[in-house]
Amino acid sequence: MLEKQSNVKAWLYLAPAMLLLSVFTFYPLFNAFFLAFLRDYEFLLGSARGFTFLGNFINVINKPDFGIAMKNTAVITFVSVPIAVIVALMISVALNSIKKFQGFLQTVFFLPYVTNAIAIGMAFAFIFHSDYGLLNTMLGWVGIDPINWINLRQAGNADTSWIRAMFALLVYTIWGGLAFKIMVFLSGLQSIDKQYYDAARIDATPKRRVFSKITVPLLSPMIAYITITSFIGAFKAYRTIIGMFGESLRPPGALSKDSLITIVGLVYDSLAHADATGAISEAAAASIILFLIILAFTLIQMQVSKRRVHF
Amino acid sequence: MDIKLQKVTKIFQAKDKSETVAVNALDVVIPSGKLIGLLGPSGCGKSTTLYMIAGLLEPNEGRIFFGDEDVTDLPPEERGIGLVFQNYALYPHMTVRQNIMFPLENIKVPKQEALSRAQEMADLVGIGELMDRKPKQLSGGQQQRVAIARALVKQPRVLLLDEPLSNLDARLRLQTREEIKRIQRETGITTVFVTHDQEEAMSISDQIVLMDFGVKQQVGEPQFVYDKPINLFVAKFLGTPPINLFAGEIVKNKLLLADGKKYRTETQAPEHQEDLTEDAIRAMTHEVKVPICNVEIMDKKAPDGDVVIGIRPEGFVVDEKGPLELEIFMVETIGRDTSLVVKDPFDDNKSYRIIIDSSYRVKAGDKVKFSFKPDKMFVFDKTSGDVL
Ligand SMILES: Nc1ncnc2c1ncn2[C@@H]1O[C@H](COP(=O)(O)OP(=O)(O)OP(=O)(O)O)[C@@H](O)[C@H]1O
Ligand SMILES: [Mg+2]
Repeated sequence: MLEKQSNVKAWLYLAPAMLLLSVFTFYPLFNAFFLAFLRDYEFLLGSARGFTFLGNFINVINKPDFGIAMKNTAVITFVSVPIAVIVALMISVALNSIKKFQGFLQTVFFLPYVTNAIAIGMAFAFIFHSDYGLLNTMLGWVGIDPINWINLRQAGNADTSWIRAMFALLVYTIWGGLAFKIMVFLSGLQSIDKQYYDAARIDATPKRRVFSKITVPLLSPMIAYITITSFIGAFKAYRTIIGMFGESLRPPGALSKDSLITIVGLVYDSLAHADATGAISEAAAASIILFLIILAFTLIQMQVSKRRVHF
Repeated sequence: MDIKLQKVTKIFQAKDKSETVAVNALDVVIPSGKLIGLLGPSGCGKSTTLYMIAGLLEPNEGRIFFGDEDVTDLPPEERGIGLVFQNYALYPHMTVRQNIMFPLENIKVPKQEALSRAQEMADLVGIGELMDRKPKQLSGGQQQRVAIARALVKQPRVLLLDEPLSNLDARLRLQTREEIKRIQRETGITTVFVTHDQEEAMSISDQIVLMDFGVKQQVGEPQFVYDKPINLFVAKFLGTPPINLFAGEIVKNKLLLADGKKYRTETQAPEHQEDLTEDAIRAMTHEVKVPICNVEIMDKKAPDGDVVIGIRPEGFVVDEKGPLELEIFMVETIGRDTSLVVKDPFDDNKSYRIIIDSSYRVKAGDKVKFSFKPDKMFVFDKTSGDVL
């Protein structure tokens, strides 16, 4: 009796959220699956010529940008995430070990989190500007000639433009994601019992061993959480590129092969031409491809963390 | 190797600049190879003292010696100590074996040797079968033994234990304290054992160091400290049931059990007496002063004045000619002894515990006269609390 009552209450509390989720998440989700299998879907007319099993997927894969998008997404994911996690871990451990200004420094590192990604992207675009950019100015102090990071107009070697632009993008991506990671790691570190460290001191544990044998294992649930969510976030990279390079998704003047388009970029690209036949279905298909990649990858990570994470 | 603390003081400063003197000019010598119980009420500075010996806390003043070596400025890793924390601090992600081997790996002991030493130590503390378990899969007592094994495996010069039994249930506590005593004897390692449980400290320590508010009160063999407390705090802290306290007075080398009026002034704020009628005061006041023994008998001379008389529960003797008559409130026969609860004749809220031989037949409601064993009776100065 009592249990039933509380059950009803629980459902009532959940109802508003469930309603919103149904309208804005579940319905679009199922709709995307549906759209991805329609043949020649016309968005404006709402008409289609029956179903196709792989047609839309093949169209996506045959797009000239598909390979580039896959490569960019992979590079962003597999370079930025490991570096970001390690850097965040280092900064958190350092922050956690200092006594003075800890609160102040925590705030400083947390600021990017409450700042708009597009705004930060524009700031970074300026930092990497070849004539007025902060980075080149600083390089100038140590005698290094200005480098054309992201604006190619001023000539430079066009062949390496992708590398330079990607470098700038990675720096921005890593930096932009640090705040949240640091916050999670710091709260994790602060919840580790200080006595473990006292015990380690008594036992004459070298600093590096304290880090690898005590801090990392005890923080491993947080590390796993951050790694998995960061990978998912990186697979979905798009906002960062818009913020830095604008809607062209590439440095001004760069060739289309040097574009920094990602898979989500492909989706938006198709959506931008929604009036073309089948464009919406291609967008749906592209997002399903991304979904499958993320799903597979997350499953692998969960499997790994089962063995590596100490809860 | 003995441990010497010389005038060791630790002051904690809070954020608002208020200071806590956790340990105050502590002077103690811990003899080599002995088990010392560091005993005192909660917050008296026991853990602080232990952590200063360990090197995890730095004293504000004073020096600490291990043998002849001044270790005051030595970091903990160079002191060669083993420490068992109050909640064990076993690394939760490591197995028992990994936990015990950890200190050896730190000092680069070869793997094979580390393995065999870990096993040897685990066998000594009786957890040799549990080497592949994680701490979470062990009982409190087993965890505690892992912690001891981890502390001992690197063969420290000193073993420090911070209330290691406080998380255990009563039976396991008894069992493990015997265990600790046995391990200490077998290894012969100088050991400091912190506890706030007087019975625990008395039962396993070669010597106890009794502290209160960061100040050393008395040091000595448990039985000696129990028999010859130097002040009221020590007498009250040791012994179950606790010592019975009476207000008393010394007049011309005679010790008197104080009259009822004095009891009243003890339990009631004196200013209230002015509000009472004379009759009421007389009704509450017992004018009889009962001489119970001569101070001369106790081989002590003391100036006239107010005192506190402490009588151990076992210090009462049923005696028809005894000076003090008490009404029995409750009787508990516990085998060899009989434990009596009596009401304070002058104050209903106070009661005393008396332990007599069970051959005496006593029942609740009886009025029994008692005399006292002089060596179970102590007289303390009322203001300083020092024994007279
Ligand atoms: N880090 C600290 N900062 C400020 N005050 C402290 C600190 N550690 C201990 N104290 C204070 O010092 C005094 C002694 O503390 P300590 O931990 O040594 O007591 P204890 O005898 O071990 O007590 P318990 O039996 O409760 O463990 C206490 O009053 C405590 O509040
Ligand atoms: Mg303590």
